[in-house]
Amino acid sequence: MAGAGGRHRAASRPRQGVGESAPVRRLLIAATLLVLGCVLVLPLVTVFAEALRGGLGAYLASFRDPEALAAIRLTLLVAAIAVPVNVFFGLSASWAIAKFSFPGKRLLITLIDLPYAVSPVVSGLVYIMIYGANGVFGPWLAAHDLQVIFAVPGIVLATIFVTFPFVARELIPLMEEQGTEEEQAAMTLGASGWQTFRRVTLPNVRWALLYGVILCNARAMGEFGAVSVVSGHIRGKTATMPLQVEILYNEYNYVAAFAVASLLAMLALVTLVAKAVVERRAGAAAAQITTTEIETALQPHEAS
Amino acid sequence: MKRGRTRRRVGVLPGFGPTLGITVFMVSVVVVIPLMGLFVRSAGLGFGGVWETVTTPRVLAAFRLSFGASLIAATINAVIGFLVAWTLVRYEFPGKRVVDALVDLPFALPTAVSGIALTALFAPQGWVGRLLAPLGLPVAFTPLGVTVALVFIGLPFVVRTLQPALMDLDAEVEEAAAVLGAGRLQILSKVIVPTVLPALLTGTTLAFARAVGEYGSVVFISGNMPNKTEIVPLLIVAKLEQYDFAGATAIGAVMLVLSFAILLAVNLLQGWTGRYREGN
Repeated sequence: MAGAGGRHRAASRPRQGVGESAPVRRLLIAATLLVLGCVLVLPLVTVFAEALRGGLGAYLASFRDPEALAAIRLTLLVAAIAVPVNVFFGLSASWAIAKFSFPGKRLLITLIDLPYAVSPVVSGLVYIMIYGANGVFGPWLAAHDLQVIFAVPGIVLATIFVTFPFVARELIPLMEEQGTEEEQAAMTLGASGWQTFRRVTLPNVRWALLYGVILCNARAMGEFGAVSVVSGHIRGKTATMPLQVEILYNEYNYVAAFAVASLLAMLALVTLVAKAVVERRAGAAAAQITTTEIETALQPHEAS
Repeated sequence: MKRGRTRRRVGVLPGFGPTLGITVFMVSVVVVIPLMGLFVRSAGLGFGGVWETVTTPRVLAAFRLSFGASLIAATINAVIGFLVAWTLVRYEFPGKRVVDALVDLPFALPTAVSGIALTALFAPQGWVGRLLAPLGLPVAFTPLGVTVALVFIGLPFVVRTLQPALMDLDAEVEEAAAVLGAGRLQILSKVIVPTVLPALLTGTTLAFARAVGEYGSVVFISGNMPNKTEIVPLLIVAKLEQYDFAGATAIGAVMLVLSFAILLAVNLLQGWTGRYREGN
């Protein structure tokens, strides 16, 4: 939960004088590794072991299934819409919230956070109650021959809901901490609002933004509960990768289910690596930022 | 405070109107209006209608299981989360960075994948299930299986909330306690745990909140038997599949109110944590 800005302090400094004795220390480290091995590593290994149970041929054959390919395409499409929407929203919200004071700010932040607290199933349910056949807009949508629920738009909407806080939550605290001095200096030096945003604000928050995008993308591609409720599970049409996993699993087609699941597990591993790298970079960047960066940031423009 | 005043005095930055407009519009359309819609819908059922739905034996059994299993899982998370956070903050060992990154796996792994992996692992013929079955300890398709899935999903909340708090601990306080003759266990129970207690409670509450609403990682391992291993989110899905929209709305609205209550508790706890740290 800790943001990109804060995690760099995670570098530990062993303390002298009050530490545990070496055997106790070793025992605690072993216990930690054992617990994490059982709780985290075993399930992860299981995914790949089950996927490869029928051999590499059966594993690869799972990806020649047109339905699996359709699920992969749909997942990519949903993420390709939901992530940019979140970036746009996150940048707008953090600019308004972090750079200006206005009444109701805390309430607005709480509202942005709400999707974190809502069960994925309830998230899907609220969209059914709005856009479903007997929802608030149901009759109007039916009259105009538009289908949201049990179709791709509903999946996109539910995904945007569950990922809504991800980018904004990373940007707001960092931009609040950075204040407005650098932007004001840039404006005083004659930069326009857009130039200030692009050349001062954006570079200052780039790691936090990337961090938010990584988390948002992982959730967008992996969301199950909310999407499951609104999708209708139409094979080859409204089944994202996690839903395809469920469909295959419920048909006792375990190798194929775990094959699709293995792709999602690889995505999770890539996410963890990217996250760790960005955390380290963000830490290094936070130590370097100085106000002289404004001038260097503005220089290429003045030269052109 | 000082920064706020400067900001208002200069106030040269442009874009406040449009960005706030976009933000308020999107928050309304994506979050507020849909959630309000659910409350308006359930208000249509009347308090009596909601009460009647929620107090049927099957729904009550689901609430008992969801909250009971979540409470047990959050408690287990508090213990093993403390151990993991402690080791990661205090000790050096090879591969520590990998272990630290791996803690976030339950956040990153799609819940459906966690769900089928845990089921395969704990099924009677699975790697772990095979060892537990002779002991008369079936995990898959029992309430115990639900708890196991919730422990998996909640672990990072405790570790990630606790790590910064453990790092902020003053070494001098521990040294002082040691000089005054306290043993390590005494220091742990009298100095360290009380100091990080707000963070520990926050993390545990976050894990609990996540567990209560969790769906994907639980539905596969639980077996979904009504009155036995059916969690509340699954019951909502079941009601929707039977076109019982009133029932789904009533249960959903109650879940939403409970989630908000937990969120409020988390915010209060975090306020407490903040004051604690400033006090140090």
